[in-house]
Amino acid sequence: MSFFGRLKKGDRGAQHAENVIISARDVSLSYEGKTVASDLNFEVCEGDYLCIVGENGSGKSTLLKAIIGLKGVHSGELAVSDKARRAGLGYLPQVTPGEGDFPASVREIVLSGCLNRIGSKPFFGKSERQTVDNIMARLDILRLADKPFSQLSGGQCQRVLLARAYCAAGAVILLDEPVSGLDSEATHEMYRLISELNRDDGKTVVMVSHDTDTALRYASKILHVGGAARDNFFGTTEEYISLNKSSG
Amino acid sequence: MSLTLNSAGAFSVFEALKKYLEYDFVRNALLVGLLISVCAGLLGVMLVLKRYSMIGDGLSHVAFGAMAVAAVAGLAPMTVALPITVLAAVLLLWANEKGIIKGDAAIAILSAGAMAIGYLLLNIFPSSDTGSISGDVCSALFGSTSMMTLSQSDVWLCIILSTVVILFFILCYNRIFAVTFDSDFARASGIRTSAYNLIISVVSGVVIVLAMKLVGALLISALIIFPALTSMRLFRNFKAVVISSAVVAVLGSAAGLVLSLIYSFPTGATVVAVHLVIFMLCAVTGAAVHKKG
Repeated sequence: MSFFGRLKKGDRGAQHAENVIISARDVSLSYEGKTVASDLNFEVCEGDYLCIVGENGSGKSTLLKAIIGLKGVHSGELAVSDKARRAGLGYLPQVTPGEGDFPASVREIVLSGCLNRIGSKPFFGKSERQTVDNIMARLDILRLADKPFSQLSGGQCQRVLLARAYCAAGAVILLDEPVSGLDSEATHEMYRLISELNRDDGKTVVMVSHDTDTALRYASKILHVGGAARDNFFGTTEEYISLNKSSG
Repeated sequence: MSLTLNSAGAFSVFEALKKYLEYDFVRNALLVGLLISVCAGLLGVMLVLKRYSMIGDGLSHVAFGAMAVAAVAGLAPMTVALPITVLAAVLLLWANEKGIIKGDAAIAILSAGAMAIGYLLLNIFPSSDTGSISGDVCSALFGSTSMMTLSQSDVWLCIILSTVVILFFILCYNRIFAVTFDSDFARASGIRTSAYNLIISVVSGVVIVLAMKLVGALLISALIIFPALTSMRLFRNFKAVVISSAVVAVLGSAAGLVLSLIYSFPTGATVVAVHLVIFMLCAVTGAAVHKKG
């Protein structure tokens, strides 16, 4: 909260500060005792589509986990607005959960995304079930609703996890390498769906990707995590493209 | 106790069962046995899916060691075993979450160590009540006669603890699914996963100590794991597996208890053998059905 207070006094104005969902000031991150990224400064506002790019091991996934609260930051200030936190963060992990033969149907998994909507109530109600049916229909997985998760293809799995993240995301969807291991058709479809959720539903998207070309096509902002080299960049996609052109 | 059956007809089995059910201690044994089985069946789904089966086994050996300490100190077994086993469960699951325990070696050390200390204590300080070391040990390891000698306070303790455990599973069902399936996502959704892991540790400790009455320390993990594995052969969604696990646990234990009563078989071994048979039948059925589907 103190960070937002400082922003209001600054030159950006109060209205802008209200729209900021995630803000990072001089953040450095460590993974298993080693510093993987440092001096990160960026902001994510409502409706943004931020793509986090960078080399393997530069700390992209660690940053995403820190935003969600699964990991602490090594130093600096990483804040998620109270409003966004209350509304809920939807997360699509890099590693597909439910090892091997975990017995879970598609509907059960998507429904588990609604847990932050029911507060302290023990069971889901009609509205949660309706939300789940709607998003499954949109992502074309309604016909798979009663299928076991372990029998789905890679692309289907990712769509199920995207549906779950959508249900949990009152404000922000955070995706960690959502297309890794998918064939080109499934990759294209996944990117299209994510873009649609950003454009049509106004969901803020934060996506970690190693695929810079596609990131440039869909994202509105780019965060390049330079790892130990501290070669960080944060700005709009246009700025990123022109910077890369000028540097050759 | 040993009512022999000359003709093995169904009628005489039912007659014998009816006769046994007139006794309070038999009714208590059945009630407690079935309640414990439901708890073990529910817990088993979580332990199997979280790859904690070996931890369950290790804990049962700790419970044996704790019982031995209680016997030597002349204390009620439950009052010593319950807190020690729950504490061991909390420590083990915590160490596992933090990655302190890698692999099964630490659990093996704990199991064997607790067993050895328990048996050693019972030998050095033989119980003055029973006068028989082997009887004590056998009953603690295989649960031979303890089900038929439950005190009224044992029965109430079992009923209260089992009810609490079952209520926890029903009321927290959706959160348990989320934590078991993907604990990172659950945490991102605002579920306090560490609190759930703590509760699950405590529940594991409680169920294992209770189940020791029914099947004894060596066979507890079978009671916990078999119903879950059996159900996973038959069903492919979480709700069905959980419900089936509770039902299979009750049916298997009921059949085991009745068989052991009528034919004077050892209780624990009979219950586990019945669960093994059910598992094998369901594994074959499941394979056939899923192959077809």
